[in-house]
Amino acid sequence: MYQYDKYDQGMVDARVEEFRDQVRRRIAGDINDDQFKPLRLKNGLYLQLHAYMLRVAIPYGTFNSVQMRKLADIARKYDRGYGHFTTRQNIQYNWIKLEEAPDILAELATVEMHAIQTSGESIRNISADQYAGAAADEICDPRPWAELIRQATTFHPEFSYLPRKFKIAVISAPEDRAALRWHDCALRIVRNGKGEEGFEVYAGGGMGRTPFIAYKIRDFLPAQQIFSYLQAILRVWNLHARRDNIHKQRMKILVHELGEEEFRRQVEEEFQTFLALATDFPQAEYDRIAAYFTPPPFETGLGDEIDRSDPDFALWVDRQVVAHKVPGYAIANISLKPIGGIPGDISAEQMDIVADLAERYSFDEIRATHAQNLVLPHVRKADLYAVWQALDAAGLASVNLDLVTDIIACPGLDYCSLANARSIPLAQKISERFANMERQLDIGELKIKISGCINACGHHHAGQIGILGVDRKGTENYQLLLGGSGAEDTSQAKITGPGFDEAGIVDAVERTVERYRELREPGERFLDTYRRVGLDPFKEAIYG
Amino acid sequence: MRILTGNDLKSGAVIWWTGHDWSLHVEDAVDVGEHGEAVLAAEDGARRVNGGYIVDAEATPEGPRPAHIKDRIRALGPTVRPDLTLKPADPTAGDWVI
Repeated sequence: MYQYDKYDQGMVDARVEEFRDQVRRRIAGDINDDQFKPLRLKNGLYLQLHAYMLRVAIPYGTFNSVQMRKLADIARKYDRGYGHFTTRQNIQYNWIKLEEAPDILAELATVEMHAIQTSGESIRNISADQYAGAAADEICDPRPWAELIRQATTFHPEFSYLPRKFKIAVISAPEDRAALRWHDCALRIVRNGKGEEGFEVYAGGGMGRTPFIAYKIRDFLPAQQIFSYLQAILRVWNLHARRDNIHKQRMKILVHELGEEEFRRQVEEEFQTFLALATDFPQAEYDRIAAYFTPPPFETGLGDEIDRSDPDFALWVDRQVVAHKVPGYAIANISLKPIGGIPGDISAEQMDIVADLAERYSFDEIRATHAQNLVLPHVRKADLYAVWQALDAAGLASVNLDLVTDIIACPGLDYCSLANARSIPLAQKISERFANMERQLDIGELKIKISGCINACGHHHAGQIGILGVDRKGTENYQLLLGGSGAEDTSQAKITGPGFDEAGIVDAVERTVERYRELREPGERFLDTYRRVGLDPFKEAIYG
Repeated sequence: MRILTGNDLKSGAVIWWTGHDWSLHVEDAVDVGEHGEAVLAAEDGARRVNGGYIVDAEATPEGPRPAHIKDRIRALGPTVRPDLTLKPADPTAGDWVI
């Protein structure tokens, strides 16, 4: 994985000291809250319901055991013993004190971490396939490109005062595990007929109050021209964005107001300007970055056999372990969704255990997923049983990847100052309702995503079953949506009808699931059945 | 009744106006009537509160109960982590929120 050079370290260290001075001036009264707020947001520090919240960047979801142990230390020393993995592959802490925030950032800097651009009107953490560098179906490791883009855009003056936040994802596999087309700009690495690598480029996606699925605006962009093209996209948006209206500032609004063709035309025009300026990365720079992502020293000649004599272990392997590109190795998914638990939450002690397992069994690599789980990307199949035993002892061996209890949920009204309704209690109740393992497996893939407000941090638009919490005259109310997808078959979920109270929405989810079981044909996932029969049979079950 | 709340500047903790100071406990909050804006302006200027605002609340024998669930959650703590609320030993504390 990437390692800071002296320039990276110098920039991050300087940023910590700059923020330390900003905090000092705020506490001393030299600057007021209006002046301080944009400064703290540039460093990932929010003010939430109960305290300040610090969101720490995990670029493209990749980190190591030293970093995970530092995150655990911070949870113990500065927070309340836990952290929360987010839908942008980041981690956030809910109980931060302003006066301690600079010390936390200083500690993060010692392990090459920071909170820069995890908030504010900036290019946010660039996300990627959590299986990058390990997936059996990928063309190449997308992370060198994600890292190059991260370096080129961080602190870039043109991107420091964007109209609104801007989200980028990079993948290189046909299976979309990164919700690609829900991003402002999405890049899929492909090969053309000559075997050359390039990008399919998508633009104009996003969730929030006005959801849009990104258009493909380029079938093939030569890989070495990516920075010119990305600058062209951002330039067009920066020039024309609706800065007068906060609800229309995201690039998705511009793309859809201009129309796909006109947006593409303007981007291509700007692209020619940037090409002429020769601002793209030289090959040597790509090679320098790519060297950090050289595959680990995998052993050769390993067998693919797994001793499945322990039935609980076999169950975990069947659901949580997926194919690795190297024979004898596997990708192990760690669920942060125990039955009745809080999606994405992990205690400091559990962080330490995952760090130990990564160091011992996964070439010191950990991945955070946008679905709020973790991954050990490079585990020898012969070591899976030992890994499972350790996870099981730590309460981290839940079996539910992509099942009905693998629920994405934003922090909701329990923590978030923007939320209108609580999300986590719903996730807990649905999880408990469907706790039976046999029933979960019978239902099969079913992705439930819950947001506590229209900002859609819980990705409800992309939920096969989505839930949106709203404020209805001071009480929580929940809308049910069906048919969304964040995968390669991207689709936007549709609202079923009138909303429900907390108990009612859990019942409505169960009626939806049971109607699916009645209607499905052999081999159909929930989403397949929904797409075949449409909304009406489900509405009948829900409201009938 | 109308009560005042905000967050402590340094810690971020939720605080409530007692008439002469700020408390972590909503039970200590007093009715500010029509004087809320003036108190907030003075307290914000003195950096004793951050992001202060006025909350409608119901007077109950146990003390003020904010009208909106968001402020009741702020007053107690996250409903999903009773151990992290201001009343971790009271298993029924969450009922007050809902």
